[in-house]
Amino acid sequence: MDERPIPLALKLVALGCFVFLLAPVVIVLPLSFSGDTFMAFPPGSWSTRWYGAIFAHRQMVEAFFVSVALASVVMILSIAIALPAAFALVRLKPRGHDFLFSLFTAPLLLPTIVLGLAILIIFAGLGLLGTWSGLLLAHLVITIPYALRVLATSLQNLSIDIELAAATLGARPLTVFRRITLPLMLPGVAATAALCFLVSFDEVVLSLFMTGPQISTLPVQMFHHVETRADPLVAALSVLLVSFTLLIVIVVDRSIGLGKAFIK
Amino acid sequence: MTAAVAAPAEPGRRRFSVVLFLLPILLLNAVVFFWPIVNLFKMSFIRIEGTGALTNDTTLANWAEMLTDSFYAELLWESVSTSVMITLLTLVLSYPIALYLHRSTGLWRTILLVLVISPLLTSAVVRTYGWIAILADGGMINSILAGIGLPPQRLIFNKLGVVVGLTEILMPYMILALLAGFGKLDHRLEEAAATLGARPWKSFVRVVLPLSLPGILLGCLLTFVLAVSSFITPKLLGGGRVFLLATEIYDQAIVTLNWPRAATLSIIILVVFGLALAVYARTTRE
Repeated sequence: MDERPIPLALKLVALGCFVFLLAPVVIVLPLSFSGDTFMAFPPGSWSTRWYGAIFAHRQMVEAFFVSVALASVVMILSIAIALPAAFALVRLKPRGHDFLFSLFTAPLLLPTIVLGLAILIIFAGLGLLGTWSGLLLAHLVITIPYALRVLATSLQNLSIDIELAAATLGARPLTVFRRITLPLMLPGVAATAALCFLVSFDEVVLSLFMTGPQISTLPVQMFHHVETRADPLVAALSVLLVSFTLLIVIVVDRSIGLGKAFIK
Repeated sequence: MTAAVAAPAEPGRRRFSVVLFLLPILLLNAVVFFWPIVNLFKMSFIRIEGTGALTNDTTLANWAEMLTDSFYAELLWESVSTSVMITLLTLVLSYPIALYLHRSTGLWRTILLVLVISPLLTSAVVRTYGWIAILADGGMINSILAGIGLPPQRLIFNKLGVVVGLTEILMPYMILALLAGFGKLDHRLEEAAATLGARPWKSFVRVVLPLSLPGILLGCLLTFVLAVSSFITPKLLGGGRVFLLATEIYDQAIVTLNWPRAATLSIIILVVFGLALAVYARTTRE
């Protein structure tokens, strides 16, 4: 606790830096209500035509559904794979569990551009490029390390005494896990789910390597759109996406508390 | 002792559980992580024919090309120098925010913290698009310039645009690293300095800054590493006119389809990562 007043100079400089940090996210809002055919700021006229244009853009709509479905499956599989792994590493503590933990979180240390290229070369040989399974496997490689980290932390913070008591009273290991451990680590599981969904939903670089004419995700479609044309369509889309992300964050906050989920 | 609680008591069954629980994650990483990475190293030694067809022959030609062709030396220099510039700029712009956050309290602090973290949850494509709206020829800054009668400036599709965009995109990482570093900063030290007659500026330079050095170094490492490997922002704000290692890897992999060259460039990025980490380890040890 620091009770001294903050110097005015620091306040002003920090304000300036905050304006710089938030400028690109904030400017998208007025731009999304542009009535112009091309991107210009400030817009020459105002309308909601670009919100309508999103729903008329068939590839964008398709890509959105691919992204939502992909992120949902990635979320479920990440937990299904990382939860037993976290349990084994934290509670059963096999020899070399620290090494295994670093090994399984290693994909996060690599730049996605390098990881994407490496997976591209292998998947090209396996015929997995431009397929559902290819996208799914590639996303899992980067969501599972996050899932493992959050789940392992939430398991470590859990007092083992209750599990001990249940075991002493004769509960079998699976019953202890199902009735005691899992309910207690539910906030961690929910945070993991939200995190994995958002990471998969926002992933661009890996998806760029995996997608093709047959299948594409929303961020990839947006990337190609921004690369080739300058119109306010992506502004309208961005506003919807930022609202969507905020909604998920608020739901997580309301149900389990953001601080509990991400900071602890 | 406590570890065995929720597990079968006998060692045999316990070992069986460990293997069973770790099998899915092991399989996935083996197929989609370890194998691709090992293969990437091999790919950098594969000979490619003039037609673009891959052969089974090994060669040092890809590596020789990197070392002799001055284009790649320039590419490496451009990437590293641009990233260093971005890192320093990010530090200068993030430090006041982190210091302010460290000093503020209560609800206000929570709101500001959310404002710092929320860009992290916003796609890089969206934030880069926002920068295009600000910096483009018909964008906000050029409209303001025109309004006050100044000539228009070219702010995107060049290095300036890439530096501005990436700096902003990497600021949240730097701010969080700095905040973690400030954790150890006790305000009583500053009060002591003031009591002993130090002016605010002097107590900042002699007390606050040195104590926040670990956070600064960690933030710089993180920002540099992310800047070197960034691809989306340089591609969109550079408009194909700014050549960096990461954009070149993508072009070689997807457009030119020269996988051995893309693989060699990838390993060069990993070497740059390793060197940055070594510099960081040396500086923090001293």
